[in-house]
Amino acid sequence: MSRVLVIAEHDGSALNPSTAKCVACAAELPDPEIHVAVFAEQGEAIAAAAARLAKVAKVLRIDNPANAHALAAVLAPQIAALADGYSHVFGPSTTFGKDLMPRVAALLGVNQVSDVMSVEGAHRFRRPIYAGNVILTIGAPADRVVVATVRAASWQAVEGGNSAPVETASVDAELPGHTRFVELSAGQSDRPDLQTAKIVVSGGRALGSAESFDIIYRLADKLGAAVGASRAAVDAGYVPNDMQVGQTGKIIAPDLYIAIGISGAIQHLTGIKDAGTIVAINKDAEAPIFEVADLGLVGDLFTLVPQLEKALS
Amino acid sequence: MERILVGLKRVVDFNVRVRVKADGSGVETEGLKMSINPFDEIALEEALRIRERGEAQEVVVVSIGGSECQQQLRTGLAMGADRAILVEAAADLDQLTIARVFLALVQKENPDIVLLGKQAIDNDNNQTGQMLAALWGRPQATFASKIVLDGTTATVTREVDAGLETIAVDLPAVLTTDLRLNEPRYVKLPDIMKAKKKPLETLAFSALDVEQAPALEPVAWSPPPQRQKGVKVEDVAGLVSALRSRGLVR
Ligand SMILES: Cc1cc2nc3c(=O)[nH]c(=O)nc-3n(C[C@H](O)[C@H](O)[C@H](O)COP(=O)(O)OP(=O)(O)OC[C@H]3O[C@@H](n4cnc5c(N)ncnc54)[C@H](O)[C@@H]3O)c2cc1C
Ligand SMILES: Nc1ncnc2c1ncn2[C@@H]1O[C@H](COP(=O)(O)O)[C@@H](O)[C@H]1O
Repeated sequence: MSRVLVIAEHDGSALNPSTAKCVACAAELPDPEIHVAVFAEQGEAIAAAAARLAKVAKVLRIDNPANAHALAAVLAPQIAALADGYSHVFGPSTTFGKDLMPRVAALLGVNQVSDVMSVEGAHRFRRPIYAGNVILTIGAPADRVVVATVRAASWQAVEGGNSAPVETASVDAELPGHTRFVELSAGQSDRPDLQTAKIVVSGGRALGSAESFDIIYRLADKLGAAVGASRAAVDAGYVPNDMQVGQTGKIIAPDLYIAIGISGAIQHLTGIKDAGTIVAINKDAEAPIFEVADLGLVGDLFTLVPQLEKALS
Repeated sequence: MERILVGLKRVVDFNVRVRVKADGSGVETEGLKMSINPFDEIALEEALRIRERGEAQEVVVVSIGGSECQQQLRTGLAMGADRAILVEAAADLDQLTIARVFLALVQKENPDIVLLGKQAIDNDNNQTGQMLAALWGRPQATFASKIVLDGTTATVTREVDAGLETIAVDLPAVLTTDLRLNEPRYVKLPDIMKAKKKPLETLAFSALDVEQAPALEPVAWSPPPQRQKGVKVEDVAGLVSALRSRGLVR
């Protein structure tokens, strides 16, 4: 039997969709019993949301003022203390999980399996390396706890409708005071979330300025889409960092991805490999993005994008 | 502040597209261009700027792997590091063991900051800094895009999914770099000459008294599923009708 502890991601009030994907991955393990742990200042609503996820057997709620913000140095010792008796501890491959889970693994004396894209057995997984150019099958020691992060883009969220029991848990761990939260400046947007949107429209360096990026937003709004960007567009300051798609940005899997004025560097393509349909608009017919695009349109984006927006009206 | 320790991993250059060996027994790296992991170059640049502002005395670069890692260490010295340490070990050492090696060096060198990349672009693990911080019992500030020091604490802005998070950590601490922290300097020829005279110490892994962690075992390598090459449409009308016929837009 696999006894799996899934670490819930949340923003203090709502459960992040990455948690339902971690549960989906955990459910692929042999004969799984899945518990979700919610570390928060006041985790009642979050725990209730986790309890609705299919396949979850139990939700553990660990309320503590120290858990108001997700600080890895504060959470890791609590998770390590709670991990006793579990065969697997899973977290999402988001910046939350990437920051936290290796610290947990080190406390438990094991290596971490990063970015699980498929489960081949209780101790065998597949994961991407070299910016997704190679898929590695990896075995973890059978006599140790498995600590892993789950690559969200590879998994479909489990359904809702469950009503798993919620238990209040306390953990015996010494919490450090050496790390303090100062502030979070979150991009304010009424648009869909980049990581869960069905349609994503992204712009690249070719946009040339923050003002010109407006045509990307307008097209996105017409489609009800989220907006992404290449690293070059973020570095140039056209858009904030949380919009970067790729190896070192967000890995996404929308049904439709529209890349506009993006050349298609391997680091960018890594982020969109799992998209349903990829559309590329680029003035260079030889741009590498056309190697992966299902539908390509060659031409000047400043002409084509407004045309497209109009055609969709 | 006295000393900053910087990790420099030797990796296949980011411009090279690697392939799986024909017999599926590994990744073909023979003859490929090797470089300093891009995130580590950013880590070194940041350490040098801190030293140049007078906020640290010494920058020490560290690489763990085969003797060929000397190349990357020499490049690091040419960029401006003061000295280098090569820990000679198998090139495929696991991440937790590497974190233990860093811990052994931390105990020897007493740095105020250990600056690492957020991830090595070969294994894409994104683990070592967090593991070292755990073993050392010290703070971590990962994915840094801005670092402000005031002697006893570092205030670090981090690139997170929701935007930019700022945390304050007491020193000593482990910091890991994201791409927008800085733009690394180019190495100039005279600096390469000067770097040849800078100290490069070699330590054997076996001399560090580090216990090897239970490693993950690579079982098989395969190329990713290839996407079918698509079609080019003539114009916007063609694009819209193709999208409609796939039911992707109304
Ligand atoms: C370690 C590392 C990690 C990285 N991680 C990422 C990552 O996560 N995400 C990412 O995106 N990149 C990443 N990169 C950067 C990546 O290598 C590329 O540099 C980047 O993706 C290029 O962005 P771009 O396509 O917008 O710009 P460019 O490569 O400059 O492409 C611009 C494109 O626009 C086209 N164009 C120009 N004008 C027009 C016009 N008027 N109309 C239509 N088309 C036009 C051009 O033909 C060109 O193809 C990373 C790099 C490194 C080294
Ligand atoms: N063999 C190594 N030698 C030097 N530094 C390393 C080594 N392995 C990892 N690092 C450091 O740890 C960071 C993260 O690596 P990883 O956890 O493998 O993604 C890298 O960017 C380096 O700064």
